[in-house]
Amino acid sequence: MRLTCPHCGERDLREFTFGGATLTRPEGDWGPDWDAYIHLRENPAGLSREYWTHDMGCAAWLLVERDTVTHDIRAVRPVGEGAP
Amino acid sequence: MRFNALRVLKEGLTGNRGWGPHWRDPEPKPAYDIVIIGGGGHGLATAFYLAKEHGLTNVAVLEKGYLGGGNVGRNTTIVRANYFLPGNSEFYSHSLKLWETLEDDLNYNVMHSQRGLFNLYHSDGQRDAIVRRGNAMINQGDDAFLLDRAALEKKLPFLDYDNGRFPIHGALYHPRGGTARHDAVAWGFARGASDRGVDLIQNCEVTGIDTEGGAVTGVQTTRGAIRARKVAIVTAGRSGQVAALAGLRLPIESHVLQAFVTEGLKPVIDNVITFGMGHFYISQSDKGGLVFGGDLDFYPSYAQRGNLPTVEHVMEAGMTLMPMIGRAKVLRSWGGIMDMTPDGSPIIDRAPVDGLYLDCGWCYGGFKAVPGSGFALAHLLATDRPHDSATGFRLDRFTTGRGLMDEEGKGAQHNLH
Ligand SMILES: Cc1cc2nc3c(=O)[nH]c(=O)nc-3n(C[C@H](O)[C@H](O)[C@H](O)COP(=O)(O)OP(=O)(O)OC[C@H]3O[C@@H](n4cnc5c(N)ncnc54)[C@H](O)[C@@H]3O)c2cc1C
Ligand SMILES: [Zn+2]
Repeated sequence: MRLTCPHCGERDLREFTFGGATLTRPEGDWGPDWDAYIHLRENPAGLSREYWTHDMGCAAWLLVERDTVTHDIRAVRPVGEGAP
Repeated sequence: MRFNALRVLKEGLTGNRGWGPHWRDPEPKPAYDIVIIGGGGHGLATAFYLAKEHGLTNVAVLEKGYLGGGNVGRNTTIVRANYFLPGNSEFYSHSLKLWETLEDDLNYNVMHSQRGLFNLYHSDGQRDAIVRRGNAMINQGDDAFLLDRAALEKKLPFLDYDNGRFPIHGALYHPRGGTARHDAVAWGFARGASDRGVDLIQNCEVTGIDTEGGAVTGVQTTRGAIRARKVAIVTAGRSGQVAALAGLRLPIESHVLQAFVTEGLKPVIDNVITFGMGHFYISQSDKGGLVFGGDLDFYPSYAQRGNLPTVEHVMEAGMTLMPMIGRAKVLRSWGGIMDMTPDGSPIIDRAPVDGLYLDCGWCYGGFKAVPGSGFALAHLLATDRPHDSATGFRLDRFTTGRGLMDEEGKGAQHNLH
């Protein structure tokens, strides 16, 4: 598995750290939405939208579309550009 | 199918042509009292203890592939009871006691070998933590000994004690820890359950969970619909997918864990050695292969294979700990899919759908749990009350924050364990 950082190009997996599924952060105080946000997961077998950081490279946070069954990377974008 | 010395000798001399199947291969019936989804270690053990402890035999285990083809046949087979936190410690203590009589209970050789397990420490702080853990184990009624460097060197002369980064100061020694033959565990439980009347149905993938008015009524499978009063999801890394069939989302992320085995060598490593700082553990199988593994790859995966950076890390850790293994050739490596919970501890509980039960979240430590989990889930299915050894494995602990079992003290959050 190699990721193509939009800033640095295709780089080794060692340079990246997985940062969790892309979820919408709830508004307001603690409640079921927060519980779900922190604990419950879609845990998809197939296409997964997730955060990674290029922490050993340019340190940017990235939005990645990845297949969890084949490890194919479909898209990598900077977080600022919105969900892939 | 039974074994005895005379039969083994006779079959050995006549080309091993007389052995028969170990369990029946029945057609699924239209309805059962209890359906267990998943024919791994936990599902098969649950079926066995339902029959043995509770006399419930109108039970089916539905397995999408073949029995024992999942993680139960893919792990590094370490069996131990050196957990620290209440909730976990009584459960693993109970499970180890079941292991100790398992071969008699099953009349099956699972090659359970209590060869002793060493947990290394490398600093004063780690020694203090290990003493605390050892005391917790002793209070639980299990065995733990603190060994200093001199005592450890007598037992494990081949470690690199003076490594610059991780000098070895000693170990916590757990003599009752060890290994077992993983496939035999699945086969033994399968035979025991089948002999008592449980139907083990292979090549039968559950594709739907039927509910009516908030209660389970049965399952849809690739071999037709099957009605059931109670359904248990015991599908390890696939728990999230199967729970989704009932409209549930679980506090689980599936991750890949890799393991490795070398070519067969003469006996050289007599015990199980765990090197926590390097995320490395090793033992030698009875065939002679060095069996070892490391940490998760740390990204969600269903691929049953990992990537090379983790392979490299595990090899480096092995070489750091015991350079003598450097010339052994690695024969195979593989991966399994782990059902990771936020606190790294499991769930055995009723699901928020009547008649639906969950046994999941075993992370990378569910092999040692096979008898204990089967026993506790069977008790829950039969009586609707948790077994005394498993009252801590509640699904709602993440919501309430009460009773979290974060053994590593990292926080109850995904991707930390
Ligand atoms: C590399 C590795 C090393 C490990 N080392 C250790 C160790 O040293 N010590 C330890 O204690 N633990 C260890 N573990 C963890 C342990 O193997 C698992 O926690 C445990 O085996 C999981 O429970 P199981 O045996 O029931 O799982 P599995 O054997 O995976 O059983 C689940 C079954 O469910 C079936 N299934 C899934 N979906 C469906 C469906 N829709 N319909 C029907 N059936 C379905 C699967 O085919 C599978 O057979 C390790 C795991 C791995 C991968
Ligand atoms: Zn970059």
